[in-house]
Amino acid sequence: MKKKLRESSLKGWLYLLPAILFLGFFMVYPLIDVFIYSFEEGYNFASQTYFGTGIYNYSYILHDPYFLQAVKNTFILVAVTVPLSTGIALLISVGLNSITALRNFLQTIYFLPYVTNTLAVGLVFMILFKKTAYSDGLINLLINWFGGSSVDFIEGPYWAKMFVLCFYTIWIVMPFKILILTSALSSINQDYYNAARVDGTSQFRIFRKITLPMISPMIFYLVITGFIGAFKAYSDAVALFGTDLNAAKMNTIVGYVYDMLYGDSGGYPSYASAAAVILFAIVLTITCINLLIGKKKVHY
Amino acid sequence: MEVILQNLTKKFPGRGRKNREEVVAVNDFNFEIPDGSLIGLLGPSGCGKSTTLHLISGLMKPTGGKIFFGEDDVTELPPENRGIGLVFQNYALYPHLTVKQNILFPLENLKGKDRLPRQKMLEKVREAAKLVQIDGLMERKPGELSGGQQQRVAIARALVKMPRVLLLDEPLSNLDARLRLQTREEIRRIQQETGITTIFVTHDQEEAMSISDQIVVMKEGVVQQTGKPQEVYDNPRNLFVAKFLGNPQINVFHAKIKGRRLYIGEDAVLNIRRISQEDVFRKDGSGKNALEKNDLRKDTSDAARLDDALTGWDAPVKEVYAGIRPEGFVPKADGPFFCELKGVEVMGRDISVVSANKASLSPTVRAIVSTENMADMGGTKAGFTLLSHKVFLFDKETEERIYFDAGAVG
Repeated sequence: MKKKLRESSLKGWLYLLPAILFLGFFMVYPLIDVFIYSFEEGYNFASQTYFGTGIYNYSYILHDPYFLQAVKNTFILVAVTVPLSTGIALLISVGLNSITALRNFLQTIYFLPYVTNTLAVGLVFMILFKKTAYSDGLINLLINWFGGSSVDFIEGPYWAKMFVLCFYTIWIVMPFKILILTSALSSINQDYYNAARVDGTSQFRIFRKITLPMISPMIFYLVITGFIGAFKAYSDAVALFGTDLNAAKMNTIVGYVYDMLYGDSGGYPSYASAAAVILFAIVLTITCINLLIGKKKVHY
Repeated sequence: MEVILQNLTKKFPGRGRKNREEVVAVNDFNFEIPDGSLIGLLGPSGCGKSTTLHLISGLMKPTGGKIFFGEDDVTELPPENRGIGLVFQNYALYPHLTVKQNILFPLENLKGKDRLPRQKMLEKVREAAKLVQIDGLMERKPGELSGGQQQRVAIARALVKMPRVLLLDEPLSNLDARLRLQTREEIRRIQQETGITTIFVTHDQEEAMSISDQIVVMKEGVVQQTGKPQEVYDNPRNLFVAKFLGNPQINVFHAKIKGRRLYIGEDAVLNIRRISQEDVFRKDGSGKNALEKNDLRKDTSDAARLDDALTGWDAPVKEVYAGIRPEGFVPKADGPFFCELKGVEVMGRDISVVSANKASLSPTVRAIVSTENMADMGGTKAGFTLLSHKVFLFDKETEERIYFDAGAVG
């Protein structure tokens, strides 16, 4: 019996081996490597040499205005888009869940951004927001129509660019959240609502006291993945403002890491690694805080 | 609160291409539920009993007919204005709230002058919890309670507002056998203590019979028979009711009436004489009974008698179904009724004799006999004499009851 058990557990490990090897090579090893690079000064990919070890890389990027700008941008992006996108998605899902006519049609419409290419959407946003020699863009036309003056959202003031970036991000991440929340809502047993109805519960109270707690695990999941996703934002900014994000002052932390890796003259992998480790630390901290809050507020 | 159902009807429209026909879930339901009584709606699944309950609760709107609570016509009222308490089959306790918060929930919904001060609310919650004996579990979440405890919490939540009518949807179906027995007595006790008119739905005849003041047997949306449990059991109106009530089930045989004698197979088992239903109920001794209230008597009119004569009661041979309750068999070596003995199951208090008969509709005939009478049992043949009041005859086509008076064969 004991021998059989060991045999079967051996077999289990054998089945897992390909996945473990794959993850080891492409996830664990690089992670450790990045950590090591971040302490090696002036590492060079080509010669595989470095000058010395220490925390100089960290001190350098923490004094780099581009990095500080990137951190600031990322934090604004996270703080604005995560709550807004989750909140709006919740409203839309509740709306979708309470109608029967056109429901499937609207669900498809809301899901479209999810299957659309990021860069293609970026292009559309450029057309909507960009001010060119020929036209002020659709949004500016609207602003003018309401009596405001044109703003250059793509190359203009910082707040305008940030607005477009946040708007874009919210629009892009919402479909997935709506998908998750509508399925969470429709899986709530109708009897809870019937029980509440018999007791004469008001709509608002039903939402706050029954619906929200019931879907709180899903909301929590969306908030955590939302935070992580927003901290890793990069392609959205590129789609809107082009590759020279530092010049546009719209860089993100991941964008900074990328620029450092593939910048001129072979890049600075040590600085990039240090920035990546800092990003990792930030995300880890925020997620831990989320989990702590979640323990109190989420009902499984 | 008296509850009156008048011609209550609920139809569901057919759906889809294949299933176009509308479904009549409840068909012309008429019933008066006396104030303070416990009523069991009984029937197999799909018979419309739960729909009836939902119509009374107001969660569904009837297609036709009216519902009165006392003098008030509540047919058009939404559920929250009817003053009902509803206990769901799965209890529908809010899993994220504690027992106390769950019971408090209906009270917190009240607005304006109906809203009690907090202290008073908590007092009411305590009272309700005490009534169902869960006052020690107030801070637990539903997930930490057993099925029976959850059931009590659900009842407490339904009772805390002091409803005019309490509705229970399959209250015991999620409990294990022993808990079911205990909880059904509990429901009876709570109902009697509060005096609230209570209607509950079940597919379990034993459950309905054991605690109800009156039962309503339904089939395919149509009420088959109403009355006190024992009366319905003793005087089923048709074959369906006879088969549905009683455990073990009634034994049904192909039988013949030939010259005022009832034959099962080749055995002449009873001497019979047709009487009217009125006579049957008069024989019951009490002089009056609840069955007189419903329309059982209407087909004893002269027209029906005449009809009987034409359809062959007086004809030389009439094929009928004979239903014999398991307790209607008394072992007697020389018959007049014989079955092939297949086995004997001893159950302590009494004995279940399993046998077979060619005329039986089911492969086995089950008789419950007391241990003292077992002396006459032996060999491969089981001889019985029948208790005539445990034998019911039914028309083969309509499956309606044929009433008769009987004497032993001799």
